[in-house]
Amino acid sequence: MDEETLKRIERDPNFIKLVRERSSFGWTLSIIMLVIYYGFIALVAFAPDVIAIKIAGSITFGIVLGAGIIVISIVLTGIYVMRANAEYDDLTAAIVADAKGRK
Amino acid sequence: MKSFIKSSALGAPLAVAASAAYAQTAAPAAPTAPTTDWNAIIIFAGFVILTLGITYWAAQRTRTTKDFYAAGGGVSGFQNGLAIAGDYMSAASFLGISALVFSLGYYGLIYSIGFLVGWPIIMFLMAEPLKNLGRFTFADVVSYRLQATPIRAMAATGTLVTVAFYLIAQMVGAGQLIELLFGLPYTSAVIIVGVLMVIYVTFGGMIATTWVQIIKAGLLLVGATLMSLLVLVKFGFDFNALIAKAVEVHPKHEAILLPGAPVANPISAISLGMALMFGTAGLPHILMRFFTVSNAKEARKSVFWATTFIGYFYILTFIIGFGAIVLVSADPAYHDAKGALLGGGNMPAIHLAHAVGGDLMKGFIAAVAFATILAVVSGLTLSGASAVSHDLYASVFRHGNVDEAAELRASRITTVILGIVAIVLGVLFEKVNVAFMVGLAFAVAASANFPVLLLAMLWRGLTTRGAFVGGFVGLILAVLLTVLSPGIWEAVFGFPKGSAWFPYTSPAIFSMPAAFIACWLVSILDQSKSGAAEQSAYEAQYVRSQTGIGAEGAVAH
Repeated sequence: MDEETLKRIERDPNFIKLVRERSSFGWTLSIIMLVIYYGFIALVAFAPDVIAIKIAGSITFGIVLGAGIIVISIVLTGIYVMRANAEYDDLTAAIVADAKGRK
Repeated sequence: MKSFIKSSALGAPLAVAASAAYAQTAAPAAPTAPTTDWNAIIIFAGFVILTLGITYWAAQRTRTTKDFYAAGGGVSGFQNGLAIAGDYMSAASFLGISALVFSLGYYGLIYSIGFLVGWPIIMFLMAEPLKNLGRFTFADVVSYRLQATPIRAMAATGTLVTVAFYLIAQMVGAGQLIELLFGLPYTSAVIIVGVLMVIYVTFGGMIATTWVQIIKAGLLLVGATLMSLLVLVKFGFDFNALIAKAVEVHPKHEAILLPGAPVANPISAISLGMALMFGTAGLPHILMRFFTVSNAKEARKSVFWATTFIGYFYILTFIIGFGAIVLVSADPAYHDAKGALLGGGNMPAIHLAHAVGGDLMKGFIAAVAFATILAVVSGLTLSGASAVSHDLYASVFRHGNVDEAAELRASRITTVILGIVAIVLGVLFEKVNVAFMVGLAFAVAASANFPVLLLAMLWRGLTTRGAFVGGFVGLILAVLLTVLSPGIWEAVFGFPKGSAWFPYTSPAIFSMPAAFIACWLVSILDQSKSGAAEQSAYEAQYVRSQTGIGAEGAVAH
């Protein structure tokens, strides 16, 4: 890609929007994931007894939490894909069309 | 001693912690004469014939390097998701984690979770830029704006070290499993695995390897689902009753609901967590899969499907582990006269298959476990071969002056060499406890490959010098600290307990930040002209990583 096309894409409002939204969304979800996971690890490391608290019969908090983290991981990736497919691909297509069209 | 080794090899549940765990729990089994399991052999033979047929078909379609390394870029997101899941759900995951749950309870679930949580991060930060910047290997991405020779040499080293450790663990595991289940001698078992994987990869390249993964992932998911259902049926689908019974039956009773001794030290727990989470994002054979899809959208879909399948699978291993506590640990039929588990510590899932579904189910699950190993070693070999032929041979030694045919030939020759090396290492390491090796692979991936890759994609300031130094700092530190940790220093070298220089189960908490800091520090101190040029080339790389403009197969530009 030549210097001129590059500069034009960088100034394209669609590009600015795409990059800003995607990176803030991606980092937000990443931070949520990191907090959940390291929260869990902190519990394992510093308060292991909490893991073994029984909440329903023999089912413990730790089991529910563990299964919950697995489910949340799947749900968060699903949310990202849905939003990306709905918004980011359109923006990307617009940027590409613009970059090609004006050439 | 041999039976202990047997138990820990496959159980390699992927970290050094496991070797300590196994040392306590895997009671030495009396040497049992291997009996030939015809169900397993017939089912496995079916798998081999089917996959060889696919390899023949794939060979007709493997003409270019793009076909060989990236299946022509024509794999769909869903297919790739299954293939990634296939690459990721190794026998160590299946047999190892269910065995960990079997012996230590909740501790096994910590592994399952750690192995899964890397995937969302890959999705949110890495999948799209990775696909938009790379062609065949992750070194393509790192060297996009940096100097090819040093960077590819560094990335290829990281790849080969990761692949080697992973491969040894899988080969030794395969040999022991097959010896045990099929009644074949260890050496012939290792040779069969080596020869089959060389055939798949040499002739069928990524196309065959992808389909082998997909079939194997399907088989494994079906097998694990079936087993879990059969376990739950026995408890009237009352999960609560399953747990209650497991606590009652297990010799540790209530303690199996606690996290367990190996992560009792907070630094060990956090360090292990880091290695598992970020190691995933630095495994070369997994990263390579992102180049087999046509665009960033398909790359995204792959991660979603992979996360779904892998997450589902790990929930099943937990049910299988608890099911085994109830149905296997209390049944004398699965134990020898001394009360040790037949076949060693990795066998709970196999015995459970027998307990819930008889000989046929046991044969099926054994065959699936073998197919699993075979598929994983194929993926690893292809990844190692690509590092040698694409990164080292074509870029470092020939400086890119190499035609398709020559590079293709080099990758095939490398595959054969790697196959021979894998067989030799598999035989050499037969009697060595290899439990630490998969853990080491994850630690190296998290410390050497991941920091450099992430910074190359997301940080403008990274220069060649920074990446080179940072990558090697992570690599050397991860290997060194692992060698000095109790898992090797005491368990393998036999030095007295407590003499290990590095007291924690995983090095990642030190080696990974050290790699990041080294990358950062060396880059900001780098005043060279080339460094400045590399930083200013970031803009163009960034636009391409975000939009895919100029990426192969994405947009005609």
